[in-house]
Amino acid sequence: MRAMDFRGPYRVRLENKPLPRIQHPRDAIVRVTRSCICGSDLHLYHGLVPDTRVGMTFGHEFTGVVEELGPEVQNLKVGDRVIVPFNIACGQCHFCKQGLFANCHESNAQATAVGGIFGYSHTAGGFDGGQAEYARVPYADVGPTVIPEWMDLDDAVLLTDVVPTGYQAAEMASIQRGDTVVIFGAGPIGIMAARCAWLFGAGRVIVFDHLEYRLDFVRRYGPAEVYNFKDMDVVVFMKKTTDGLGADVAIDAVGCEASGSAWQTLLGRKLKLQSGSAIALHWAINSVKKGGVVSVVGVYGPTGNLVPIGNVVNKGLTLRANQASVKRLLPRLIEHVQAGNIEPKQLITHRIPLEDVADAYHIFSSKLNGCIKPVLMPAGA
Amino acid sequence: MDANNFSMRPQPMIDPATVRGWGVDANPENDPTYPCRDRSKEDHSGSWVRPVQQQTDVEILQSIEHKQRPAVVGTSTPPSGLSGALRRAAFRKSESNLLHWMGLLGADRINMVEGVLQDFRRARVPNVPAEMGARAEWQYNKTGLVMKTVAVVGVIAIVAALRRQRRIRA
Repeated sequence: MRAMDFRGPYRVRLENKPLPRIQHPRDAIVRVTRSCICGSDLHLYHGLVPDTRVGMTFGHEFTGVVEELGPEVQNLKVGDRVIVPFNIACGQCHFCKQGLFANCHESNAQATAVGGIFGYSHTAGGFDGGQAEYARVPYADVGPTVIPEWMDLDDAVLLTDVVPTGYQAAEMASIQRGDTVVIFGAGPIGIMAARCAWLFGAGRVIVFDHLEYRLDFVRRYGPAEVYNFKDMDVVVFMKKTTDGLGADVAIDAVGCEASGSAWQTLLGRKLKLQSGSAIALHWAINSVKKGGVVSVVGVYGPTGNLVPIGNVVNKGLTLRANQASVKRLLPRLIEHVQAGNIEPKQLITHRIPLEDVADAYHIFSSKLNGCIKPVLMPAGA
Repeated sequence: MDANNFSMRPQPMIDPATVRGWGVDANPENDPTYPCRDRSKEDHSGSWVRPVQQQTDVEILQSIEHKQRPAVVGTSTPPSGLSGALRRAAFRKSESNLLHWMGLLGADRINMVEGVLQDFRRARVPNVPAEMGARAEWQYNKTGLVMKTVAVVGVIAIVAALRRQRRIRA
């Protein structure tokens, strides 16, 4: 089969690889129909995530058609069209039982801090991902969800990660009616977090980024008040616009590749002496009000980052963070898509053949041609 | 600072009542641990009915923080060569130890070189510009591509000139 193949930082290509096979009684093999490149794939692409091995296939946002099932998978049948959540979760361990599907303890041998994730380095389990024609899906009786007849595939593929992560960012922020919510990052996750903040009753939604085309998009899609952080001192602005208090809630939807601080960029992104640049988290902590909530869904590496933890203590903040537990959220999110409260596919700006995966990564990484969300299309999909 | 920049224009507050779906998921009981943990099913035993263990014939490195091997494992790209040796050494340290992660990052860089050598062994010259998306750069950012090319050629020319000068002096 044809599959994306990682060759080192900033280098990927398409390769012929063996077809995946059932390796566990609860596995499925799916033929991939859509596969996104995620902003967090760029952390792998840029060489920021430890144990990202040459030869691996990335891709944790994909839909597919079930081609083969292991003997223990009873809830799916061959031919089902499925949303494949990015988490690999057993559904029965200590954490899955509590709905923490992102923190499954039975899917990642290499690390205990995170559950298995498709195509996301060996730090997330060493599973090949869905930027390929076919993929192995472990615990297929837990994660994959049949796509409703009425749902567009382009909407469905964004339910694998983008929509749940944006929604959980707002959910973890414990937004109450009338709250002012500030979101750092106008990538797909920040855009979706802005949209979902309203569903929880936000009174104001403010988004910061430095890419004008993305700010313009979220201004209309959120909707949101949008500002370019290059034009101002973010923290001072947030204090001024909230009568000196700060936002009730801050959401870090950027993670380890944030721009905006030469110091953080040098230490984190260039010298890799910390897990990327944590300036978005820094701003989030400093621009939220005392007693406020900081919700983190931006991805950071496993080592450490320079953040003003003293201010977290002194301001009495609540820090909440996790990878999205996609399976837990999917039923509600499908309702939102059906009701028209969330229109995921509007985020897709580029549909690119899988054959051109190297170009797709470069376009997304370099923010070329107004790229917000690229989707890879396998031949025949 | 660009005064014409749209994000610097005064922006009116958005009336929430005009936003489709406003407040439909509002929940005043959303406390700092709800709903990310369903505490009704919480226990503290650390034991559960485990899934069947996946059998595999490839080497799987495992965190020393695990009590037992998780039931399913990824079998992509098992450790090999010098990078593999470094990864094995890294996995002797816990996830809390910086040497674990730095060892893995170092192994990743060695692995990149191993990948190029592997290509050569298979009589294949990697098309690095294509792998880096040069075609897209040409399509959407010609100026950038030209600038980068000039910069790379310039650096190579300077290094070559310096080496030549050193040779002449010697």
